[in-house]
Amino acid sequence: MAEFRLPANSRIRKGRHFPAADGAKNVQRYVVYRYDPDSGDNPRMDTYEVDMDDCGPMVLDALIKIKNEIDSTLTFRRSCREGICGSCAMNIDGRNTLACTKPADSVRGDVKIYPLPHMPVVKDLVPDLTNFYAQYASIKPWLQARTPAPPDSERLQSKEDQEKIDEPAACILCACCSTSCPSYWWNSDRYLGPAALLAAYRWLVDSRDEATGERLDELEDPFRLYRCHTIMNCSQACPKDLNPARAIAATKKMLVERRH
Amino acid sequence: MSNHGRPLSPHLSVYRWPVTMAASISHRASGLVLAAGLVVFAWWLVALAGDAADYRAFANLAQSIPGRLALLAFSAAFFYHLANGIRHLVWDLGYGFELPTANASAWFVFVLTVVLTAGFWVAL
Repeated sequence: MAEFRLPANSRIRKGRHFPAADGAKNVQRYVVYRYDPDSGDNPRMDTYEVDMDDCGPMVLDALIKIKNEIDSTLTFRRSCREGICGSCAMNIDGRNTLACTKPADSVRGDVKIYPLPHMPVVKDLVPDLTNFYAQYASIKPWLQARTPAPPDSERLQSKEDQEKIDEPAACILCACCSTSCPSYWWNSDRYLGPAALLAAYRWLVDSRDEATGERLDELEDPFRLYRCHTIMNCSQACPKDLNPARAIAATKKMLVERRH
Repeated sequence: MSNHGRPLSPHLSVYRWPVTMAASISHRASGLVLAAGLVVFAWWLVALAGDAADYRAFANLAQSIPGRLALLAFSAAFFYHLANGIRHLVWDLGYGFELPTANASAWFVFVLTVVLTAGFWVAL
């Protein structure tokens, strides 16, 4: 059942304020969610004033500058800084996206940064993605074929068949989509969420995969697949411009069509 | 699901709503209003089948300010649910998932609801 209020240990308190260095002319304020598991205190919002004349263009650049120069205790995941690893997924200015591809000057007013929504928080902007990864594993994201591969070549595909999986295979598993979805917020224990369902679709339409029937059997469930109500937050959030909502609708269509 | 006493990150209170999200929750809300309105509709039928005093009792309530507001909400919910239901049928056929299309169709349904509701009450 949907629980709209945050639990008592999760309600956010006012935090500290770190003013900009003297002489900074182009100041942007970053209001950032902080949670310290060692203190056990409730989460708080800390405010950092960053001199954007001395900072890279992306929100991730500002976060790294804060960590390097203002407050080294600020914790977040990041790696590639070019939108391909999916580590720096977070809620910026009210929407889930990657900090490394989100231009700081695209935000008007204070830049509010939270961890991905409705997730257990390990520390600061780091959510626990254990359940998210387990759901991805549950759709068996690998090729299943009984037919042996040709002895002297790969399993070949036509250009058209490859194009069917180009888009869904471009998912970087950043979790922006699943954690933007209200259905996933209320039912993440039973609903697979857009990321896992997009991955499932990627194998359903793969011409080399021979487990389509079993895969559809696994998805035909009131919760796993059908908690999608086409809210479209997933496709709105995806930093790779993929469309999980369309893939889920196509999966529902496959389930209808195989009855006839 | 155990989360080791970890706090839950904020969700509804911090998310900036896309128009498609507003359209989705409005579909559910209008469905609830329709379910409640069906009871009123049944009452109207019972009053019709009864004698003049029965009907007068219903008509007096329906013509009061709260009664009119309730009927306005019922009719708006009807037109919204109808229009957005058709939007869902188009999705079920596999069309309209591109973001500009989905956003435009959500706005279109909201505007259409206002137009149809206003038109209905003017025509009445």
